[in-house]
Amino acid sequence: MDQNFRLSDGGLINRDKKLSFKFNHKTYYGYEGDTLASALIANGVHLIGRSFKYHRPRGFFGAGVDEPYAMVQLYRNGETEPNIKATEQELFEGLEATSVNCWPSVNFDIGAINNFLKIFLPAGFYYKTFMWPKSFWYKVYEPFIRKAAGLGVASIKHDKERYEHKYEYCDLLIAGSGPSGLASAYAAAKNGARVILAEDKARFGGTLLTSEVNIGNKSGKDWAEGIIAELKEMPNVTVKNRSQVFGYYDHNMLVMSERISDHLPKTKKFHPKQRLWYIRAKEVLISSGSIERPIVFGNNDTPGVMLSSAAKEYLKVYGVLVGRNPLIFTNNDSGYETAIEFKKNGVDPTILDTRKDPQSEIINEAKNLGINIKFSYVVVAAKGYKKVKSADIAKISDDKEQLGSVENIKCDCICVSGFWTPTIHLASQSGNKTKFNEEIDAFVPGRSKQNETTLGAANGSYTLEETLKNSFETAYDLSKKITNNDNKISLPNVVEKKSTIHDKFWCVPLPKGKNYKRFLDFQNDVAVSDIEIALKEGYRSIEHVKRYTTLGMATDQGKTSNLNGLQLVSNIENKVVPNVGHTTFRPPYTPVSIGAIVGREVGKHSKPTRKSPMHKWHEQNNAIFVDAGVWLRPRYYKQGNENLFEASKREAKNVRTNVGICDVTTLGKIDIKGPDAAELLNRVYTNAWLKLPVGKARYGVMLREDGIVMDDGTTTRISENHYHMTTTTAQAANVLSHLEYYLQLVWPELNVNVVSTTEQWAGAAVAGPKSRDLLQKLFPKSDVSNEGLPFMGFIEGDLFGVKARIFRISFSGELAYEVNVESDNGNFMWEKIMEVGQEFKIQPYGTEALSTLRIEMGHLAGSELDGRTIPYDNSLEGLLSKKKDFIGKRSLTRKAFTAEDRQKIVGVVPLDKKTSIPEGSHLVKDSNAPLPNPKLGYISASCWSVEHDNPFSLAILKNGKNMIGEKLFVMSPLKNKVIPVEIVSSHYVDPKGERVRS
Amino acid sequence: MLHIKCPHCGMRSQNEFSYGGDATVKRPELGKEISDQDWDNFVYNRKSLRGKHLELWQHLSGCRQWIKVERDTATHEIFRTLKANEDNS
Repeated sequence: MDQNFRLSDGGLINRDKKLSFKFNHKTYYGYEGDTLASALIANGVHLIGRSFKYHRPRGFFGAGVDEPYAMVQLYRNGETEPNIKATEQELFEGLEATSVNCWPSVNFDIGAINNFLKIFLPAGFYYKTFMWPKSFWYKVYEPFIRKAAGLGVASIKHDKERYEHKYEYCDLLIAGSGPSGLASAYAAAKNGARVILAEDKARFGGTLLTSEVNIGNKSGKDWAEGIIAELKEMPNVTVKNRSQVFGYYDHNMLVMSERISDHLPKTKKFHPKQRLWYIRAKEVLISSGSIERPIVFGNNDTPGVMLSSAAKEYLKVYGVLVGRNPLIFTNNDSGYETAIEFKKNGVDPTILDTRKDPQSEIINEAKNLGINIKFSYVVVAAKGYKKVKSADIAKISDDKEQLGSVENIKCDCICVSGFWTPTIHLASQSGNKTKFNEEIDAFVPGRSKQNETTLGAANGSYTLEETLKNSFETAYDLSKKITNNDNKISLPNVVEKKSTIHDKFWCVPLPKGKNYKRFLDFQNDVAVSDIEIALKEGYRSIEHVKRYTTLGMATDQGKTSNLNGLQLVSNIENKVVPNVGHTTFRPPYTPVSIGAIVGREVGKHSKPTRKSPMHKWHEQNNAIFVDAGVWLRPRYYKQGNENLFEASKREAKNVRTNVGICDVTTLGKIDIKGPDAAELLNRVYTNAWLKLPVGKARYGVMLREDGIVMDDGTTTRISENHYHMTTTTAQAANVLSHLEYYLQLVWPELNVNVVSTTEQWAGAAVAGPKSRDLLQKLFPKSDVSNEGLPFMGFIEGDLFGVKARIFRISFSGELAYEVNVESDNGNFMWEKIMEVGQEFKIQPYGTEALSTLRIEMGHLAGSELDGRTIPYDNSLEGLLSKKKDFIGKRSLTRKAFTAEDRQKIVGVVPLDKKTSIPEGSHLVKDSNAPLPNPKLGYISASCWSVEHDNPFSLAILKNGKNMIGEKLFVMSPLKNKVIPVEIVSSHYVDPKGERVRS
Repeated sequence: MLHIKCPHCGMRSQNEFSYGGDATVKRPELGKEISDQDWDNFVYNRKSLRGKHLELWQHLSGCRQWIKVERDTATHEIFRTLKANEDNS
């Protein structure tokens, strides 16, 4: 039973290393060097899954990246990954995989009933069938479709694997290591160019591994091995296998995903699972080869029907027979190569050739080997449900329209060759306008848009000699241009079999009275009849046909289906293929894992974390942190079993009664110097700045040109031409860019320099009625009295030997100061203030208490300056200078901004003085009004007022100016709350601002 | 990802830059009377060109200079880059 279909010798696998694996919970054996696909085929397993729509049995169709069917759910090291192609997954010891898209099992699949209901599932069935009754969609149709359709299951666990990104530069990036890739890499490397050679598969060499050719008196395979070995030794060359160049982006930036650990049972310690390479290449050589095209016939999706090139690869690379009684169905000479390989290994194939009387070296060889060849013959339909058992075949007329009488012959696989389709995806992604090549019935790259050249089979060149010659020459020319070296490699002699032209035949007509499904797109279950319906219904553009029928939209991106789909559309439309055109190729060429795209930027690594110099102290004193942009700030300092609410109330109260200290290092700080500094401030801020004396701070508001408030903060005149600006934490970077914009582009005549000093200064706010007493003790040599350091004053002081800046500014509304020292002294400052402050009952307070204090004072923060409000809305109209122009001033005259009932900030108190008001709630006049209830405003910020001991909120309310004293309702449908409230002034505490001046 | 030649630093990847819009827009002079229409044109109205477009970028994670980039909005081809004070013509 074990590996019945494995040949006794041959192939490139390591027969000394036997591996066990499980598929659908059954144990099998394979060898090192197998793919999951080759190991399953060696064990005679051909039923791998169910199709997307009709749940028809699915086997293997290809042997690599083009595989449309054989996707599995992979289990590896306690993790699971969906939709892994069995043809790409290398075997490792202990691999486990299961089928996708079948329930309850691959052998008995309930969804297969769709196959008999297929009349209900034609093209566009999503759009038509399930539209009515409307109420059925959510409850009946959608859950059913979701269960029945779709592929594998994504893991919901956190991915513990590591993924990395790498940036690389090179002279030549070469995508694909077949004959053209190897030749061009070798020629360019020998000429001194920095080369990256990328191969998608584990083995280098491409078709050289399976072709009977000779290069430089060596077999193709040996030549490839020799070249790779030499390239690996060269310092200017990077050679990467298991690496797929999947995207060609602007300015010759290509992205490649390298599968580092996917072929191992477990990722090695300190290794990533995958690595994403961003490669900026001076020149790109696309040597991505070509993919064999299927011929369309009845039931051509039955397991056992596969590409003839895949059958050959399984044989030559893995020593595996895809069948013991093969039928080869071909319209060109490639099928003969597969047949000859079978014959050489003791298996008798039958060839059906659609051509009448072709003559070539390879056909003669097949004849001489005694292979049974039937010319002008076609496969009408495959027979068998879960595996091909026989085929209905018939003679076909010379005009390819009439079938002769149908006969049935036994076979266990059908290897199809409908000629070759160049893999032009990368060239097309780069912007290359592709052109149709009549000779090979396929699109090839046309004029390059970026620095890209396509070589070999990807360019429609199917002879080895021509391919090698072009590749050597192109790589030499390009590398010479870059390196100025002149090392030319001479072309080795090439021996290959000559072949004759193919037959343009691609689709077998239906015999009379038969209605076989003939599939074009195997992964999305799109059949000839679906395209016919779409065209009948009036779809013309190939892009529309694609979207309506889903042709080529599956994860394989139509690698095997695109051209046959185009052929069909052009036949029905009576056009030639180039006039139908192909759909746009977009990256990625193959699916890329989300992990690789994200790289290391996950969780905490998704952005940098900034910490203040006092962070350690906060940690040691039970701070609970909160993300404030990229900063970590203490939200509150937990004492005992306190919760957030209790702690913040205690901290805020202590500020109102004693003194508190808050880390304000995160505030943006910008140093402004130059003779025109005052003029810049005067243009940027809405209020007047020309007469601010040295040693004084001023509160300022800046607008965007559209009149919306951009930011607020205080700016202090340190000396004659030196100002210190503060911004909100969130807007720090934007404000700096904003200033740079005006200085560099709009007013370059202003002699001013600006630089961010946010990280140079550590800041502590010292707030509360006892703050002056504390300050006096901290700075005994300085006069910090109300006269010596009045509100909005600034002095420099000496804090136990450390130079400090003292600003008398207040966000809490209390008598307050901000002390700044150089960052390195931040912790020293903090500890000193805490130490000296003990006698004044100092307590640290976090952002939650900070919010409480500013909200009940009616001070503004990001929730009011939210990019939607103008100065008036925030009661800042008093700061708008009438005498001078400033950024955004002209916009304030707009009609909506000057409306009588314009929104304005107000305070909101619940009538019961108990119910907390959720932020973001709406204010309405009548809580019972029919929906949509007209919204009068919204709650911007809420707190528990420690001064009044009841909830208090700020709101932006329509006609807020005239609403004080009104009774309204706060509605929060999200929290299912309706709260009757009264509108009050936004200054709920100390409305005259006496405390800050005391 | 675009490859932009900063006139101060040389070729750099797009992720070092931030986009700043049409470089041909001129801010009206401060303190000058201006009609609603002209002001609207300055603040809001931009052409969404297909083809050559002179635009502003700031080399944010580099020299922090605002630069002018002449780029094709359809093909992303960059024809030239200029310093802020260099003439467009």
